[in-house]
Amino acid sequence: MTMLDTPVTGPVNGPDGPDSHPDHHHESPTPIGFWIYLMSDCIIFGVLFATYAVLGYNYAGGPAPKDLFEADFVLIETALLLFSSITFGVAMLQAEAHRLDTALKWLVVTGLLGLGFIGMEIYEFNHLIHIGAGPDRSAFLSAFFVLVGTHGLHVTGGLIWLVTLCVQLRMHGLTTANMRRLSTLSMFWHFLDLIWIGVFSFVYLVRLI
Amino acid sequence: MSTEVVETTQETVSPIFGRLSLDWIPYHEPILVGTFLAIVLGGLAVLAVMTRYRLWVPFWKNWVTTVDHKKIGIMYMVLGFIMMVRGFADALMMRAQQALAAGGAEGYLPPHHFDQVFTAHGVIMIFFVAMAFVTGIMNFVMPTQIGARDVAFPFLNNFSFWMTVAGALLVNVSLFVGEFARVGWLAFPPLSGASFSTGPGMDYYLWSLQIAGVGTTLSGINLIATIFKMRAPGMKLFDMPVFTWTALCTNVLIVAAFPVLTATLTLLTLDRYLGTHFFTNDLGGNAMMYVNLIWIWGHPEVYILILPIFGVFSEVVATFSGKPLFGYKTMVWATACIMVLSFVVWLHHFFTMGSGASVNTFFGITTMIIAVPTGVKVFNWLFTMYKGSVRLEVPMLWTLGFIVTFTIGGMTGVLLAVPPVDFQLHNTLFLIAHFHNVIIGGVVFGVYAAVTYWWPKAFGFRLDDKWSKRTFWFWCIGFYFAFLPLYALGLMGATRRMQQYMDTGWQIYFIIAACGAVLIAFGILSTFIGFAVSIRNRKALACGPDPWNARTLEWATQSPPAPYNFPQVIEVHGRDEFWRMKQTGFKWSTHYTPIHMPKGTGTGAVISLFALAFGFAMVWYIWWLAILALFACIAIGIAHTFNYNRDYYIPVDEVAHTESKGATA
Repeated sequence: MTMLDTPVTGPVNGPDGPDSHPDHHHESPTPIGFWIYLMSDCIIFGVLFATYAVLGYNYAGGPAPKDLFEADFVLIETALLLFSSITFGVAMLQAEAHRLDTALKWLVVTGLLGLGFIGMEIYEFNHLIHIGAGPDRSAFLSAFFVLVGTHGLHVTGGLIWLVTLCVQLRMHGLTTANMRRLSTLSMFWHFLDLIWIGVFSFVYLVRLI
Repeated sequence: MSTEVVETTQETVSPIFGRLSLDWIPYHEPILVGTFLAIVLGGLAVLAVMTRYRLWVPFWKNWVTTVDHKKIGIMYMVLGFIMMVRGFADALMMRAQQALAAGGAEGYLPPHHFDQVFTAHGVIMIFFVAMAFVTGIMNFVMPTQIGARDVAFPFLNNFSFWMTVAGALLVNVSLFVGEFARVGWLAFPPLSGASFSTGPGMDYYLWSLQIAGVGTTLSGINLIATIFKMRAPGMKLFDMPVFTWTALCTNVLIVAAFPVLTATLTLLTLDRYLGTHFFTNDLGGNAMMYVNLIWIWGHPEVYILILPIFGVFSEVVATFSGKPLFGYKTMVWATACIMVLSFVVWLHHFFTMGSGASVNTFFGITTMIIAVPTGVKVFNWLFTMYKGSVRLEVPMLWTLGFIVTFTIGGMTGVLLAVPPVDFQLHNTLFLIAHFHNVIIGGVVFGVYAAVTYWWPKAFGFRLDDKWSKRTFWFWCIGFYFAFLPLYALGLMGATRRMQQYMDTGWQIYFIIAACGAVLIAFGILSTFIGFAVSIRNRKALACGPDPWNARTLEWATQSPPAPYNFPQVIEVHGRDEFWRMKQTGFKWSTHYTPIHMPKGTGTGAVISLFALAFGFAMVWYIWWLAILALFACIAIGIAHTFNYNRDYYIPVDEVAHTESKGATA
């Protein structure tokens, strides 16, 4: 085909009548739409990571990562979130096998692990602010709090979504619509895991070496 | 220092009204009081008419709660035109001020007011005029071009629109309650930070853009998913009309760039509200990081505005030349190249940052490279006209005006891309002339071309030819009078945003520019007279489904299209499908089937109303209201997910009735 071609010509058939074309049903646009949303969210995190990269060494005479972060604490936090991804995966498998009650149990476990993660993060933030290392202390701490806090807000949003969806699963069971919602939340949850691996590596681990 | 910020803000914060007090109502400013009275009287008149003719229920049912992409598109256009009047009033005020304030004269606008005017002008024109227009055109046209019944997420589309309206309302509230930012349209810190912009103006800026930005990002996601998932069967990507292609690239840019804006403005907001140090002068902040980030959004943004307009001209030029578009594939690739390149040129907005010769050279060269795919497009349009049977209808006039004007603007852009030249011209009126040259000569001309071209599709009658032509000539000539003097002034060293200047030799140029602005004002006036005259003469101007003998699918259906767009699903066989349908004597089948459609909902408008309340409360530190409004937004959003009953079928009788009505019309 040349680059400057004219439209293709060929045999032409109009719509053929009532039976051959019932109203055309496209497959659900939700998965791809949600993927695109996740990519846009990823860019928000990208900006925050870049901000941390630029400002992460501007201590302004204040504390540095080594004065603040504890590897054990962050490791447990990370483990909670990563395990919550596994339990969500199990919940998905149970849902696909049409076992609603088991799926719900695993979702509850997922939610508890997520809650534990958020609890630890709130504890860490509170502790840091208490010892005078709040987000207004230095550009490094501003970047730290906002990057980690944005992730935490997302997890909190995910938890609210999880609770809502559990109620809806109880109300309507594993319908097509609910399965779609479940797999969308699953994408969101794993995405937050992925972001956390970035946070764990670049915010904590590298700066503790 | 952060402690100072906290002190200055806490002084006047009351638990109920926050920092809002009577001192913030500008009743001592006659211009504002007059505007306020005009808007109140106009508003009351509209309310009275709506009540008199019992229009409230139809307005709620047919417009506020609609999920029909065509109606949402039309509402975006209405928003764009209303906000254009506001933004243009700002422009006239600036032109008048600068025509007067030479050689020690102070004009009539004091600096604090002048600074608000130029900030509001830029913010409104970009976010609420140009963005509203291109989003509106994409919403109206794109789904019908791909043979779809609606967008992928119809509720989200309604929600996006009302969030944009909430942002626009918040900007306008600042006119009468408090003040607007005095920082220029991109609000560079540290000027826009807590230490130097203490009033609520800067916070109006932040919250209105954040609220509108939610709508823009969601709309971008929605339209990409629509193009990927809702195309009529048989339509391959390279069968899509060029406008749909440009809409795809534009929405990719929206989804990739607007999150950067969201994140950047959030960081600035945190600097102002929580005393963080991202962009402050002290404690390790870096103001130039803001400038980098905002332009990483800002440069793609200008292509977000112009790419769909390139698509509009591609449709117009093919239709009125009676030929397929010359070089369809090169047009698509040029669009895609521009989409990618737009992310690697941002630094040309601040060569003067001092990043060194190598960095500046890189960004200078990438900027010049963008001119290549743009040049490809210009030649494609010219070659489409070459040996075509060109009809000089009004959309074609805008196209010709665009090709000439935009090419001039493009060339001054390439001049500015040369770093040493830019060091001379940075922040001068030469720059202002350049970007108005491409935005007016490109986006505005394109929007007018689109409005004249698709108006018959939207309403079933053409626009009045005489007034449309007057609009064109006033705008076109007015543009040259208004902005060519600014090129000269920029070369003479006049910087942008001057409330007054000493050199009286410049004054004549400013006066000519002001006359040009008046000509443009006549253009805008002609637009509205044209709309009114056309609506009055709609019987005489009535037209069928395909008044321009066009080539793409939106012309295959009735004018205005039925809610479901097409009575049957179209099988697409190639490019310019409608042209082929006409060649082969296509007729719609009269064997109808029930049509599956989404239901309207008021949720989007209600959430947006609370988002507006949230924004207003945050601006004024009315914390209780902010918490309540945010909670309401979330709760209503969650409640909406409990509604599983979101669609319905249009019965066969109704489809048959609608189609027979269209056939006789």
